[in-house]
Amino acid sequence: MKKLLLALTCAAGPLISGAAIGDSRDHIMVVGSSTVFPFSKVVAERFSLKTGQKAPKVEPTGTGGGFKEFCKGVGVGTPDIANASRRIKESEFKACQDAGVKDIVEVFIGYDGIVIANSKKAEPIALSRRDIFLALAKVVPDPKGGEELIANPYKTWKDVNPELPAKAISVMGPPPTSGTRDAFVELAMEGGCKAFPWIAALDKSDNARYKAICHGVREDGAFIEAGENDNLIVRKLSENPNLLGIFGFSFLDQNADVVRAATVDGVEPQFETIADGSYPVSRPLYFYVKKAHVGVIPAIQEFLAEFTSERAWGDEGYLAEKGMIPMEEKRRKTVAESVKKLEPMSL
Amino acid sequence: MNRKPMELVQKSLARRYRAERRFRFFGVVSVIIGVLALLVLFFEIFSSGLGAFRQTHIQLSVNFDPEILEITDAHDATQIRSGNYEGILRKALAQRFPQVSGRAAKRELNGLISIAAAYDLRAELADNPELLGQQKTYWVLADDDVDTYYKSLQGDKPFTARTSEARQAQIAELINQGEIRTQFNWRFFTSGDSSEPEMAGILGAVAGSLLTLLVTFVLSFPIGVAAAVYLEEYAPKNRFTDFIEVNIANLAAVPSIIFGLLGLAIFIGFFGMPRSIPLVGGLVLTLMTLPTIIISSRNAIKAVPPSIRDAAFGIGASKMQVILHHVLPLAMPGMLTGAIIGMAQALGETAPLLMIGMVAFIMDIPNSISDSATVLPVQIFLWSDSPERAFVERTSAAIMVLLVFLVCMNTLAVWLRKRLERRW
Repeated sequence: MKKLLLALTCAAGPLISGAAIGDSRDHIMVVGSSTVFPFSKVVAERFSLKTGQKAPKVEPTGTGGGFKEFCKGVGVGTPDIANASRRIKESEFKACQDAGVKDIVEVFIGYDGIVIANSKKAEPIALSRRDIFLALAKVVPDPKGGEELIANPYKTWKDVNPELPAKAISVMGPPPTSGTRDAFVELAMEGGCKAFPWIAALDKSDNARYKAICHGVREDGAFIEAGENDNLIVRKLSENPNLLGIFGFSFLDQNADVVRAATVDGVEPQFETIADGSYPVSRPLYFYVKKAHVGVIPAIQEFLAEFTSERAWGDEGYLAEKGMIPMEEKRRKTVAESVKKLEPMSL
Repeated sequence: MNRKPMELVQKSLARRYRAERRFRFFGVVSVIIGVLALLVLFFEIFSSGLGAFRQTHIQLSVNFDPEILEITDAHDATQIRSGNYEGILRKALAQRFPQVSGRAAKRELNGLISIAAAYDLRAELADNPELLGQQKTYWVLADDDVDTYYKSLQGDKPFTARTSEARQAQIAELINQGEIRTQFNWRFFTSGDSSEPEMAGILGAVAGSLLTLLVTFVLSFPIGVAAAVYLEEYAPKNRFTDFIEVNIANLAAVPSIIFGLLGLAIFIGFFGMPRSIPLVGGLVLTLMTLPTIIISSRNAIKAVPPSIRDAAFGIGASKMQVILHHVLPLAMPGMLTGAIIGMAQALGETAPLLMIGMVAFIMDIPNSISDSATVLPVQIFLWSDSPERAFVERTSAAIMVLLVFLVCMNTLAVWLRKRLERRW
């Protein structure tokens, strides 16, 4: 018994001495979007290997959750960088300002594109966002006209749009837990949903209903949830020419021999069209830096330099290899310049 | 007179035997279902995870050319650090495959080997400065795509989706010359997490789990035992203690994520502790395991026969002496078993740790309870969520490591019980 007590005390000793906590931090703390997470962690790793600094800690909290932590205030206990798969909202920016996080450096890092594709054996297909919404939404405006909603009656693509082939609607995509799904729903489906003026008007008057209409995906079997494995979707597409699939652009790039992307609103998803914004189903990726922490937490500037270097975010950089779509070279130069000077953003 | 009951018994005997057999049969079937489920699980994990313990390496003859490296003095640490090791690797690859020309093709060729190779060479040169200017042959780490493709060649359907034909030809050439092979994957056990599957290891998560469990054990065991002793030996039986008892039982059934929220509010919000550290993780898991330990400790104390207490009192021992000298030593095996089962539960938790920031990418291996860390189940979750194919086998391998831990802890519990148990 005494021996046991002694052993416990011995075990507790180093714990207490090791527990000097609180007033300094030797690594960068990154929170935010899980879409940016894989990119952020590669940079963190390369940065640490290259400089010998302690690797930044990257936490995938989601964009909103990240800003919540980020805007808690200034101090070693709060994150230095927040990743985001959308621009910071006015409310979030204001929350930051109110908490004393005055100077925020915005870094635009590139794009994330989402494609809808089918097998190379099948006919190429051209869709509009309206077609995508009508084919995949849970409820659609009554085709007879008026402001009534009915459960999605469309069985084939031809029903949706007479110009499309008379093939059954069968689309494989990611589950609701996925960031790709969120982006697809927001960009493609909501984009098509807005084509109906009376639904677009709901955005202001009854936002909850608007979201329910535009973001609801049909559950009658026409949309097949495939789990978070884009590779699996690609394999299924190559086996079944009647199937369409939704996945990240990087997988299209890697599997260009078996699948072909549909054009959306007449634009084909390519590095260039996504980068210049003409392909509609793409979103910008950002991260935000707390300027007050630069110089307090070691090596933030070196980390920023690594992230904005050509070998990271360039056309052939390692981020492009991980699936991020780089922006045009000119834009990269401007952003890198302003990041170097740590110019604070304003909304 | 006696015949009638006997007849009744005889008549019902066959039926009762049948019922007995059925009853036993149900028991056997349940055991078989349980064992089968376990076997299927193990088979799944082992068959997909064993590959992670071997890693593909490529033989390359590297020249530590001072001009490419831009190193003049191999004893200078800053020069060693900033050397261009990718340059000498690229040159070695170009010499090995002289037929490759064109920018894109060369880029693809350089992708055969992992980025870790350059850092391995850096460490090699730092250890052996005399290598500068020398030629030496190494087995360098291959890229994860090469690794996945090479391993899939043994199967009936090679995974070619991410390997171009040019690269397949290069790998075939390497195979013919015996310049590609798999080696035991030490890196998996000696390094932390990485975004490149071929470099990712489990050590960071194991260290994080051990530190977190250490905090949990050091806090929850003494507190749990003290609470159990008080409630069992001293506390009067009244409404208030009944209320406490009910609440302890309730706490044991609270979903673990609630403890995470509590930890976030108290330890991080109120006490201002940093996020993602094993200390906070341990505190949260302490809250979670305390009820389990208190309940099992109370049961262990209850099981000590009253005759032992009476005898001790009889020879004049004080209440504290009775407890410390007799009750606790006898109850110890039961209490330890409860504690270890509580620990095993804590080892498998992810939900409460999500709230306090231990679900994160952390490369460095934690050394103390105030270093950022993650734990084994979180590592499994993060890897299973990664797009790279080579992470699939690593996920299963990490599950195996977790299972080994659990088996060890449960074996320890059984061993302690056997060793400390006293019969009377």
